[in-house]
Formats: sequence, structure tokens, C-alpha cells
Amino acid sequence: MPTTYERIAAIIAETASVEPGRITPTAHVINDLGIDSLDFLDIVFAIDKEFGIKVPVEEWTEQVNAGTAPAEQFFVLGPLAERIDELVQGARGSKG
Amino acid sequence: MKLEYFSMLDRIATRDAETLVAEATLPDASPVFEGHFPGFPLLPGVLMIECMAQAGGWLMLARQDFARMPLLAKVGTAKLRGMLRPGARLSISARLTHDGSGYAVMAGRIDSDGQMAAEAEYTLRTLPFPDAALEALVRARGVELGLV
Repeated sequence: MPTTYERIAAIIAETASVEPGRITPTAHVINDLGIDSLDFLDIVFAIDKEFGIKVPVEEWTEQVNAGTAPAEQFFVLGPLAERIDELVQGARGSKG
Repeated sequence: MKLEYFSMLDRIATRDAETLVAEATLPDASPVFEGHFPGFPLLPGVLMIECMAQAGGWLMLARQDFARMPLLAKVGTAKLRGMLRPGARLSISARLTHDGSGYAVMAGRIDSDGQMAAEAEYTLRTLPFPDAALEALVRARGVELGLV
């Protein structure tokens, strides 16, 4: 069964036409992969659907802009996968 | 409708949490029709899409109590099935299919004279209003349309 990171990597490769070889756990979605805001929006939509969650991009962006969280926590793929796992677990907890 | 001002809707007919239906009547004359096309006026397809996008935009404004400004970000698919002529009465609907963080995915359609004239799936990005004056103008327009 693919990991969360692998599922996100597949979404990015397909949605934003990024070569799979460029997608690594340390890659920053924007700085390293060159994904623009509209493609990122498509990726978030695909993640929302794939995992049955609502990725809180606005909240994350506010935290980064306010300096209360580093951008890497949300926009580098390895940590992003961890955030998605947390959201999935949170969604399961709220349903159970 | 005032096409040249991108004022595409005349009235909000119905609304609930996830759908909105608006009505509009195409004007008999408009500068848009003078060029599209001389002697054969038709509503341009891009303005059909604009009609659907605006219906979705008003739905999001209502859902978020005018806290954020919706902007058309993407048209995923669009089928423009019918030709809309001056005087045509339109029913323009929007249905929220996914409410994301800072964006919304919508399904829209236009019906006229009992026929589907257009349908589209599109994405709206929602951003803070750039200033209070624009927010006030949009709110006032919402009152005129019967949204508020």
C-alpha cells in the first residue's frame, strides 16, 4: 500500500506535470518544483478528495506570514505528508 | 443584465447552503451584440461562463457573509450547447461541489426556454476584499439582487 508521501507525490506528478524524479521528500512545492498558485490549488483539491479532508491552506499561510510557523512545515513534501496524516487522523477521530 | 458592465444577473431566485439559482434576461440591445455578431447577435460563450461564475460567486459571498471575495480561477470543463439571443430569459444555477480552504469547486448551468444552454465545472478562489469600499459595493449589489 503506498504511503501518504507516495500518494501525494503521484498527485503532484499528475496534476502539475512534474517529472517524478524531481519529487523528493525534501522538495519545496514552490521553490523546488516550480508549482504556481493555481496548480497548487489543483493539488490541494486532489489531496482533499484523495484523503477525504480539507487541507487548511489559508490557516497555514497565515501562520507562515505571521512568522508563527516555518513554511517548510507545510510546503516541503515530507513534512506536508506528516501534516496530511495528522489531518486524516483528526478527521477519523471526529467521526469516531 | 448589462453585459458591457459584466452585470450578468438580474435576481437571485432561490438559495440554500449549497445551491443558488439566479434569473436574467438578455437585453435587446448591447454594444456586445454590435460586434458579436453584426446582424446576428449572440451572447458570447465566455459571457455564458461569466454568468455561471457570478452565480457561484454570489453563493460563496452568501456562505461566507461577504468576508471574502470570490474570483474565477479555473474553468475545468465547459459545454456551450445553445445559442442565446437578445431577449432570452435565463435560469443560471450554481452548485457547490467542494468547499476547500481558500477555494471552491462549482458546477454551473444555464437553462433557457426549457433547454440546457451551457454547463461548466469551475473553481473560484476566495481572497480578502482589497478594501472596504468594494466590499460595501458588493454588499449593496447583493441587496439589489435579493441575496441579502
